[in-house]
Amino acid sequence: MVRFIGRRVIYSLVVLLTTSFIVFGLSRAAGDPRNLFLTEYTTKETWDAWGREYNLDKPLVIQYVVWLGKALRGDFGHSLRDHINALDVIMQRVPATLQLAGASFIAAIFIGVPLGVMSAVKRGTFWDYVGRTLALFGQALPPYWLGVMLILLFAVSLDVLPSGRKGGIDHYILPALTLGWGAASGLLRLTRSAMLEVLDSEYIKFARSKGVTASLVVWKHAFRNALIAPLTYSTLLLAGYLTGTVVTETVFSWPGVGRLAVTAVFNNDFPVLTGVVLIGTAVYLAVNLLTDVIYALMDPRIRFG
Amino acid sequence: MAVHAPTATVGVLGSQSSLARAWSSIRRYPVVPIVIITTLAVFAIFAPLIAPHDPEQARSLDDRTLPPSWMDDESIFFLGTDHLGRDVFSRIVYGARISLLVSSTVLAAGLVIGTTVGLISGYFGGNTDELLMRLVDIKLSLPFILVALVVAIVFKPSLLLVVILLALFFWSSFARQVRAETLHLKTLDYVMAARVAGASNLRIMIKHILPGVFSTIIVIATLTIGTVILVESVLSYLGVGVPAPTPAWGAMVADGSQYLQSAWWIALFSGAAIFFTVLGFNFLGDWLRDNLDPRLRQLV
Repeated sequence: MVRFIGRRVIYSLVVLLTTSFIVFGLSRAAGDPRNLFLTEYTTKETWDAWGREYNLDKPLVIQYVVWLGKALRGDFGHSLRDHINALDVIMQRVPATLQLAGASFIAAIFIGVPLGVMSAVKRGTFWDYVGRTLALFGQALPPYWLGVMLILLFAVSLDVLPSGRKGGIDHYILPALTLGWGAASGLLRLTRSAMLEVLDSEYIKFARSKGVTASLVVWKHAFRNALIAPLTYSTLLLAGYLTGTVVTETVFSWPGVGRLAVTAVFNNDFPVLTGVVLIGTAVYLAVNLLTDVIYALMDPRIRFG
Repeated sequence: MAVHAPTATVGVLGSQSSLARAWSSIRRYPVVPIVIITTLAVFAIFAPLIAPHDPEQARSLDDRTLPPSWMDDESIFFLGTDHLGRDVFSRIVYGARISLLVSSTVLAAGLVIGTTVGLISGYFGGNTDELLMRLVDIKLSLPFILVALVVAIVFKPSLLLVVILLALFFWSSFARQVRAETLHLKTLDYVMAARVAGASNLRIMIKHILPGVFSTIIVIATLTIGTVILVESVLSYLGVGVPAPTPAWGAMVADGSQYLQSAWWIALFSGAAIFFTVLGFNFLGDWLRDNLDPRLRQLV
């Protein structure tokens, strides 16, 4: 187990390093990086000082090490727009993103898992087709369009829910649905196929013939064992979240990190974007790692395979 | 997902409702995807003949946000006009062109890169294999959208940039699958025979192994194309895709979302175009997988 975790940690660090290579490489690919990190209003002194601080006269390898060293200590430079440390700008936005992610995670689980169980238990009936159609739609619906259509229906036409920005609990409903939808449909498919497999096994037939009530068979005997596959899927689910938060926060003008990344592109705020990308990747890798570890703890075949 | 197999459903469906029968025939014959994809292809190829108006230039600014013609007698625009007075229908028709152009180019590039990597990795094995597969792992762990944003801030977004970016992200599924198939194929007798007969490595890979992985490649390509279209539309929605005024569906939804109160038709119809296109390709991919290569079911 220790070897397994060790291998995964090293691997995650390699990926993080690769991301930093890409970001660094791109910042140098466009010529003098000061064009990206400083605005056109910078004085000559600042310009030269920046060059010295980041060793621009030295070889690229040294420049990279200096840049990475600063980044590791949380110094991504100053935001070109807000003129404060980029890290502070990002940290201000983190709570909003976490709240949205939490809300949509709950939405995804409470929509996806019960519908998946229903679809499997009522296999071949009307309810199964409802579930399967929803799953198909989930894969093909552009997430941002879903958000826009939800706004059109609930905020513009019916005028029952707010269309964006952070506020009371009702402000969470539409963004959480938008962000959770893709994940919900994925969970639905996986829960359904896992449940079908388990429901077909001998011990379920035994429990049934023993006279265990239907709901007890479904929830206690089958559901518990069917849960492993959907759990693995949460890795992919989180991958979707990263794209999802960027898109969803843009649709609902949600003051989170995803929207910050998109506005940074339009403000040419490279330091802030660098920070979001590196921190985002680190969080993403950490969660992936955690999922792998939990999964390995639950399923020995992976640990020793 | 095993229930999707045609053979399994036929027995079950004998006594089933008409709904179930409709579902199974949709599953068994790709009617829906063929209709959707044919329409799309016709739109893309004959765009100048089909589109009634100029997609990039409005006739006059007085035409701004006119409703669809079937809602308002004043309007001559089938699906209404956008905030700049451009015909939404014409933009959707031309948008099909951009969408198919991008996705087919990306897929062709990803397919070539992925298949080459997969063949080399599977055929030679050892350190080459280890290195290439770690590369695939790293690629799969990179958060695409964030990298795309960094690229967009450094370089000016263009059609070529979007294609390169997407191609760099859609080769790994080909690589993994082709590698797995190659590992199996290279142990077969006919490959051994070719080698005994003195065929070079390159010849064996191209003449003897590549044809064996064709069906896999086709299935993965079809299953991937929907995702490529979707991701391309996300990029253009965020404003880092194909630049304006070129009609891209994602950008049209972004434009339309600013005018939901007065002109809902902009966002509704352009988004629906993406939805049905992706749905069509996903359906076709599922169907091809079930019929060409059922083993892939657990993998994709």
